[in-house]
Amino acid sequence: MAKPQKEAPRRRGAERIDRQTGRMPVGECGIGQDRRRSRFTEALRFDSNSHWQTARTALRRLFSTPAATLMTMAVLAIALALPGVLFAGLKNVQQLALRWEGEPRIALYLQPELQDAAADRFSRSLLLRDDLRAVELISREQGIAEFRELSGFGDVLDYLGSNPIPAVISVLPRSVSAAELTALREQLQALPEVEEAALDMAWVQRLNGALQVAQRAVLIVALLLASAVLLVVGNTVRVAIESRRDEIVVAKLVGATDGWVQRPFLYTGGWYGLFGGLLAWCLVQFSLMLLDTPVRQLADLYQSPFNLLGLGVVDSLLLLLISIGLGLGGAWLAVNRYLRQIEPE
Amino acid sequence: MIRFDNVSKCYANGHEALSEVSFSLDDGEMAFLTGHSGAGKSTLMKLIMLMERPSQGQVFIGKQNLAGLDRRQIPSHRRRIGVVFQNHQLLFDRTVFDNVALPLTICGFDPRDAARRVRAALDKVGLLKKEKLNPIMLSTGEQQRVGIARAIVHKPQLLLADEPTGNLDPQLSEEIMRLFLEFNRHGTTVMIASHDLSLISRMRLRTLTLHQGRMVGDG
Repeated sequence: MAKPQKEAPRRRGAERIDRQTGRMPVGECGIGQDRRRSRFTEALRFDSNSHWQTARTALRRLFSTPAATLMTMAVLAIALALPGVLFAGLKNVQQLALRWEGEPRIALYLQPELQDAAADRFSRSLLLRDDLRAVELISREQGIAEFRELSGFGDVLDYLGSNPIPAVISVLPRSVSAAELTALREQLQALPEVEEAALDMAWVQRLNGALQVAQRAVLIVALLLASAVLLVVGNTVRVAIESRRDEIVVAKLVGATDGWVQRPFLYTGGWYGLFGGLLAWCLVQFSLMLLDTPVRQLADLYQSPFNLLGLGVVDSLLLLLISIGLGLGGAWLAVNRYLRQIEPE
Repeated sequence: MIRFDNVSKCYANGHEALSEVSFSLDDGEMAFLTGHSGAGKSTLMKLIMLMERPSQGQVFIGKQNLAGLDRRQIPSHRRRIGVVFQNHQLLFDRTVFDNVALPLTICGFDPRDAARRVRAALDKVGLLKKEKLNPIMLSTGEQQRVGIARAIVHKPQLLLADEPTGNLDPQLSEEIMRLFLEFNRHGTTVMIASHDLSLISRMRLRTLTLHQGRMVGDG
């Protein structure tokens, strides 16, 4: 038991030395190894050659029926472009939300009996705090003036004897984290001058929630459309396999391996994926271009410097990779399902 | 080269195509396989090509027991054999040249080397000038010869022919037989399935006779 265990590693070591020194192989075994290696590199050369050949032939075959091919590619492109546009839109809304979320304000509604001078003094004291970036006092006079101007219910105020609007201090906290903001709100709420402190976060949280729902929905749509792409390519390749049945039978009879027979069909799927993806990319960019002008006009109305984001380099590459992957996957499904059934009779 | 040991083949529908067939063919031998249609000639060929597996018994090609080959080893087994089909199985979507080159393309031959071999094979069957034509433009005899060129282009050790002269006139049949004899002279083992008895008697070669799935004659 012990002897072969000792010998085995010694033999491995000797071989390793041979390879490292690159000495001429001695003996029958060495010559065999050498021959095998050269045959291997030759096979590799011919193989990469034939791979390229197969890919080119598959491409030429695709465009020998340009109308049918383009139609299939258009279907793929639309199926891929839809989630592409949705994801791009989502990204833009997220970017928008992120910008608004960056400036959460806390509104401090002061005690109604607090005099203007006291409110002013209180707001100055807030300026000294480290955790606030900015403090803005809206006095009761300013408040009622704004209300009169913006709400359209100015007349109602005339029936009221006194000014019902409290002085408000709007503060801009340094922190943006939700937990810290909540804590800060509670701290400010506890101050005697403050009747109520309102953290204007709820709508941002709601927006984020809505965005997450939208994101999930887009993901589901994307998955459904991805399966559609898979099936479309699978079916197209199935038809291609069916139309080349004779060729497959003859090739198998003269000794073609499963790999050799399925390779052109896998390339076909890959080409469909690549061209479908490229077309989809064009569709997405074109759609965004069409949306760009109205979005800019809308943003102008809100006096926002918002710019529509297109698909970046990373997203574009991702789109292409996914579509090529789906093309290959669909072809692989068809090849596995149908090619094995075709046997010479 | 070929050895059948007590081979039976029973199809799923209960039809027994071969029963207890035993024979052997040496390296470099040439023989006819004859019998009425339905006697089991095609089944015997299919067993050699591993298009079917025997229900019983064993088939040896070279020193290889075919029962020991799994699905993935079938292609390399078939590459050792050249087959001429009765309906020649040519592809009409490519030229004569590409039809003949198919076995070499499958093996991943260097294109220049392959071209040389294809031309040599076409030259042997006298169709060198028609390499650029589509096989559909050729006569039946020429199509059969293209099939033969494809069967021998990769220099197989064993050449099988299933009714190679099935629908040819006597003169063309003679020509094709002469081709087979020439390949045999170069060392290829040849087995020809045929029911053309007059041709077989003229050739005076070893003849294996099948009758209702049984080997009834060898000589």
